[in-house]
Amino acid sequence: MLSFLFTVVRRDILLAARRRGDWLTAQFFFVMVVSLFPLGIGPEPTMLRTIGPGVVWVAALLATLLSLGRLFADDHRDGSLEQLLLSPYPNALLALGKAIAHWIINGIPLLLIAPVLGIQFNLPAEALAVLVLSLAIGTPILSLLGSIGAALTLGLRGGGTLITLLILPLYVPALIFGAGAVDGVLAGTGAEAHLSLLGALLVMALLIAPWISALALKVSVE
Amino acid sequence: MNLYRYASPATFHPLAGRLVPWFAGLAAVLAAVGLYIGFFVAPTDFQQGEGYRIIFIHVPAAWMSMFIYVVMAFWSAIGLAFNTRLSFILARALAPTGAMFTFVALWTGAFWGKPMWGAWWVWDARLTSELILLFLYVGVMALQAAIDDPRRADRAGALLNLVGVINVPIIYFSVKWWNTLHQGASVSLTRAPSMAETMLWGMLVMALAAWMYTIAVALARARTLVLERERRTDWARALLEGKA
Repeated sequence: MLSFLFTVVRRDILLAARRRGDWLTAQFFFVMVVSLFPLGIGPEPTMLRTIGPGVVWVAALLATLLSLGRLFADDHRDGSLEQLLLSPYPNALLALGKAIAHWIINGIPLLLIAPVLGIQFNLPAEALAVLVLSLAIGTPILSLLGSIGAALTLGLRGGGTLITLLILPLYVPALIFGAGAVDGVLAGTGAEAHLSLLGALLVMALLIAPWISALALKVSVE
Repeated sequence: MNLYRYASPATFHPLAGRLVPWFAGLAAVLAAVGLYIGFFVAPTDFQQGEGYRIIFIHVPAAWMSMFIYVVMAFWSAIGLAFNTRLSFILARALAPTGAMFTFVALWTGAFWGKPMWGAWWVWDARLTSELILLFLYVGVMALQAAIDDPRRADRAGALLNLVGVINVPIIYFSVKWWNTLHQGASVSLTRAPSMAETMLWGMLVMALAAWMYTIAVALARARTLVLERERRTDWARALLEGKA
């Protein structure tokens, strides 16, 4: 079981490593969206500090959505997804592996870039630390919930825009608690409550999302 | 009598056809009575004046918007569990009505908010979660519209409904806590004084009217969907040729 999970994750990472252009796009998109906000709003440091956590989090949601379209699509096109679904292991394990790989490929780079972007927004050091921590707990939720949307919209025309309609409302709680944790540090009320709730969301997503996306994959492929 | 008989599209279609006029008629009568109570019988509120009368439409619409989503998720679950075609059709038939009521609730809420709060929109927990509910409805309808194969559309939509119904309480509470964090309770919906009895009656009658309307519209829409999907079967063909 574990070796199957590991194989799925390793395979996706290898594929991503051989086509770097694909996943780097989403990372640069993240950087650009965040950098556009000061240009649109104005460079006042206090204002930027207030909107910073929210902007970084919203941009992280959008960047995740951008990369989700390809989560199953490439495997679907060359037929390897059907082969993977036929394997004797539970399909939920496949969906989980795909989501983990997506997080490693797309989520972890976001964590590494986020502090630099936070500095652009004049965030103090402790807020930067919480920002990274909240993204570390939050981005796996985005990958897991996103895998449901990617599985449901597999092979549809206009799947890319459709997935945003399906998934963005489900991202609302993660956004609220993630950005709220950083806001809590800035306001002096602390981040623990928000981070705990974010952790609870992650546990729930881990328990439910792989099953649903496995079911959705079967619906989409058959 | 075996109720499961009506799960078959061929028996459901004529039954629904007989029921639709009844529910539609009840909806019209109840709406007329409810609006009469609401606009002519119920006393003027001494704090809110005449503007409060919008609740006779707003509150039933808000109730239905949430209730229909749960019913949709229920039929989706039944459909996924027992693989019954009619359950998916009912879930699908309910979605546009649910979205309509959500929109009406938001719209009438804005009309009420302008004179009462002085703003068309505030980021109150209820308003925000109602808005996200509208997004969920739109998502389900967009997904079902994008899939050509009805079988896949049904199942995909049903799965999304189930995910949505798990998320609705999470979204509600997250928005509520977000709201208390960001702004003090400048606006409170709960401090309203206890309602006069006629007001309550007006609202209940209007809620019943909304129920009847929903059932009538959902059944009518389900009939069309049934005919569309069963168009190659003998009974549907006979029916369509008889009409033409």
